[in-house]
Amino acid sequence: MAEALLSLAGVNTHIGQYHILQGVDFEVPRAGLTMLLGRNGAGKTTTLRTIMGLWKASAGAIRYQGAEITRRATPELAQMGIAYVPENMGIFAGLTVRENLLLAARSGPPDEKRLDWIFSLFPAMQKFWNGLAGNLSGGQKQMLAIARAIVEPRKLLLVDEPTKGLAPSIIANMIEAFRELKRTETSLLVVEQNFHFARALGDTVAVMESGRIVHTGRMADLAADEPLQTKLLGLSLETHQ
Amino acid sequence: MSAAAKPATRTPAATLPGERLDWMPLALIPAIALLALPFIPSLPTWVTLTVAGLAMGMMIFMMAAGLTLVFGLMDVMNFAHGVFISVGAYAGTSVLLAMKASMQADSLWANLSAIVPAVLAAMALAGLLGWFFERVVIRPVYGDHLKQILVTMGGLIVVEQLIHVVWGPDIIPLPRPATITGSFIVGDAAIERYRLLAVLVGLAVFVAMSLILNRTRLGLLIRAGVENSEMVESLGYRIRRLFIGVFVAGSALAGLGGVMWALYQESVNAQIGMQMMVVLFIVLIIGGLGSIGGCFVGALLVGLLANYTGYLAPKLALGSNILLMVLVLLWRPRGLFPIGKA
Repeated sequence: MAEALLSLAGVNTHIGQYHILQGVDFEVPRAGLTMLLGRNGAGKTTTLRTIMGLWKASAGAIRYQGAEITRRATPELAQMGIAYVPENMGIFAGLTVRENLLLAARSGPPDEKRLDWIFSLFPAMQKFWNGLAGNLSGGQKQMLAIARAIVEPRKLLLVDEPTKGLAPSIIANMIEAFRELKRTETSLLVVEQNFHFARALGDTVAVMESGRIVHTGRMADLAADEPLQTKLLGLSLETHQ
Repeated sequence: MSAAAKPATRTPAATLPGERLDWMPLALIPAIALLALPFIPSLPTWVTLTVAGLAMGMMIFMMAAGLTLVFGLMDVMNFAHGVFISVGAYAGTSVLLAMKASMQADSLWANLSAIVPAVLAAMALAGLLGWFFERVVIRPVYGDHLKQILVTMGGLIVVEQLIHVVWGPDIIPLPRPATITGSFIVGDAAIERYRLLAVLVGLAVFVAMSLILNRTRLGLLIRAGVENSEMVESLGYRIRRLFIGVFVAGSALAGLGGVMWALYQESVNAQIGMQMMVVLFIVLIIGGLGSIGGCFVGALLVGLLANYTGYLAPKLALGSNILLMVLVLLWRPRGLFPIGKA
């Protein structure tokens, strides 16, 4: 595995009285896309939120580019180049598409070339540039959420279930967009339930169960090993497309 | 031209449903005024009541604007907002009474030389108190509505008692400056100068707030923060600093509303702010929590209705506002201009 951009060591997270993450260990390499898989309630979303500082780790260490970031505040992590797309997309419904992207571009108006690149990935963003984000369709909202996360170059992109509730044709578009994203210098950590999406895009994979990582390795190896899929995920990838 | 603005001009704007101005709630203002017309015995009386209602609405808007932003952005139930109104009223009154000679002069400039420092003192002291409240009283209870209600009610009682200590328990009479006392006669209608001034100040505050919220990056951040503060943090902005700024600005606005209200009532007492809280909450709920536009429309509706019913059936004045709130909520359960909170 290449040198890690992000590493979690023995990370524990409590939410109220619940002990959700119970010693999470895994690494995200400096390039490519890492899939974080697992059954519902395994702790995938909590892992992303803990990395982003939205929930604080009660024990363990998170390192990013060699620096300890476990106790850092969310805005500081964003300023260090980590972008986050939550499961509910977190778009600002009362703001236009333009305003959503403008807000995400912290260093000033978005670069024109980058904007053109984003429009090539998600043409709907250009089409509805002055439209209220709240009036976009579900797929378009997801596109906006991702466009917002990459409106400026980021080092690490955390995405929580980007295909949730999307139609198959939109998922195909999303796969193409993520392929394009993988060609940039941005590393991706993606939580996903859609195994077709995971297999199409994942370079490395970490599988969670009950707040712990139970498997790490190459996505291609997991995709080829049906008994292992069944053991880790309860279903084989082939039967879940 | 900035890169951000360019696509808007080079692409035909595709329209999404619901982007147009939501005019229905705005139409309620003239609708209520026109509905009241047949019940008022004469047109001049109706004009007088309408201007009085608009003036009252503008002052309510000034007092409520900060509260709605604080609730929308910070999710804080601040029951102590009334003390910012009271403290502003007292601070302004102290300055105005100390400059009695300027107040009583027949020159507008002499009056302004007392009014401007009074308004600034009211806003500064209320803003300072707001800053102290945010740091000491509210910060420990973010995210816990029950505790917020308890500690802000406690804070309210403490500050009210401090007002008694500093300014005494008695009502302090506050005569208006000479040049804004009396009325204009338009046709047969008498329009109080002070009410006209209140309308102009309220409009200026609304326009300024609208420009800040809709035309600046700070406004963009506030509007986004009202919807989803966690996401604003995830984009790299320190929402806590924004919280403090909005809280202080909201408290200062309440101070401005307080001194305007004290001049309207021509007296000040320690409960002047607390007495307004029920009306302010009605306005917030009617307008939609966190919405400045909704707060503005809601305040004008409440002001108009209170004046019409106060004239036609005085005992129904407060009840009419509650009835208005119920009707609005039956029509739009999240208020006239709901904010899409995540």
